[in-house]
Amino acid sequence: MYNKATIVPGLIIFVLLVTFPLWFNAFSTASTVPKPELPPGGEKECVASAEEMRSSHMVLLNEWRDDVLRNGDRVAVTVAGKEYRKGLQMACMACHSNKEKFCDPCHEYTAVDPYCWDCHLTPTLAATKKETH
Amino acid sequence: MKYAFSFLAVIAMVLIAWLGSQIPGMPYLFGVALPYLALLIFLGGFIYRVVQWAKSPVPFPIQTTCGQGKSLDFIKHNRLEAPNTTAEVVARMFLEVVTFRSLFRNTKSEIYSGPHITYESSKWLWLFALIFHYSFLAVVVRHLRLFLDPVPVWLTWLEFLDGIFQVGAPGWYITDVTLILGCVLLFSRRLVNRHTRVISLMTDYFPLVLIFAIAFSGVLMRYLFRSDIDIVNIKQLTVGLVTFSPTIGAEIGAIFYIHLFLVCVLLAYFPFSKLMHLGGVFLSPTRNLRNNSRAVRHINPWNPPITPHSYAGYEDEFRTFMVDAGIPVEKELAPDKDAA
Repeated sequence: MYNKATIVPGLIIFVLLVTFPLWFNAFSTASTVPKPELPPGGEKECVASAEEMRSSHMVLLNEWRDDVLRNGDRVAVTVAGKEYRKGLQMACMACHSNKEKFCDPCHEYTAVDPYCWDCHLTPTLAATKKETH
Repeated sequence: MKYAFSFLAVIAMVLIAWLGSQIPGMPYLFGVALPYLALLIFLGGFIYRVVQWAKSPVPFPIQTTCGQGKSLDFIKHNRLEAPNTTAEVVARMFLEVVTFRSLFRNTKSEIYSGPHITYESSKWLWLFALIFHYSFLAVVVRHLRLFLDPVPVWLTWLEFLDGIFQVGAPGWYITDVTLILGCVLLFSRRLVNRHTRVISLMTDYFPLVLIFAIAFSGVLMRYLFRSDIDIVNIKQLTVGLVTFSPTIGAEIGAIFYIHLFLVCVLLAYFPFSKLMHLGGVFLSPTRNLRNNSRAVRHINPWNPPITPHSYAGYEDEFRTFMVDAGIPVEKELAPDKDAA
């Protein structure tokens, strides 16, 4: 083999780059797979099944956002006889009141940074704000 | 035929992964066994190919000179196009790898009535290649968020920049669009450009179709076929893969296995295809040699060592035979002791 002095280090760098996740994870403390906290109030029913909510809740929230803010459609959704007003704070957070224990664990685990909270307030934060008008 | 076969092969692989992953127990084959196998083939094959290349001697300095080489002091030396020192070679290689300067020089030749031929600069290949490669790089790096735990902060910056338009949920990425666009542009270039079309082979179309299918299945998984695509569940599997403790916690949608299987095929196909230009670009003698053949003698590495052989040494070696054959010698044979 010719040019060992450059070929060998080059190949080592290549292998280290490709296997980066292996040694990155080996040298960092792994987090446990997150389990979102169930509603403290004990509610069992949601607007859709748990599997559907797990995979597609963001699609639903985005639809609701467009309905309410862009199309002015505030008609409440009725699922299994229960009425839900379209809104993160009005519908979701009414039961899942703890953002830190319900929303954040999975989002942090998968490095998802939803911009819901640019505008919305968590129930605990909303309680501390005084109405100004 | 060349195009049809590429599409047929990719469609067949999609069907294999789709139907195969529905058989009970098979998710472990598609989700665990094949990714490991594909990565081993990728790494092993890549190293094998590079070592094979490194075993080939370069008998001549064959760097392509695209500018004035180093000469007399009053002649301006083009340091980038005819590098004379290692540092200049490194600069040339860096720009080659990062900005594809060779593709920038692409020319288009055409024959007009007369007949006369014209040449003009054609930058499309360079532009398409830039779009394609940088999108692909960003997409690959972005996927690290599924493999690293905890996710480093620089990865979230890339994620933020890529999704800065904040369209929809899950948010659209710029590179999703540009990667698919890059595949389509490079593919249609091979179809539209007559000269390129003639020299294009199945092995030119197939990787483009495969990468297109990978990107497209990923986009479909993220935005359309979301049933059973629970990202936490998927990250549990992918982090499990890189910590050698893979588990499939709950059912994952078939589109995930299709996407993953196509990636495995790409990884396993990589070392034995034109895609090896990833390693090859660093080993191109036309780029990585110094243009100093006027100053330094390039020794062919396969030459056997040739030591100087003086006439006196030659005569010492063959004196007996020379005397026997009656050839005059400068130094006579030593007198035979037995005869005396």
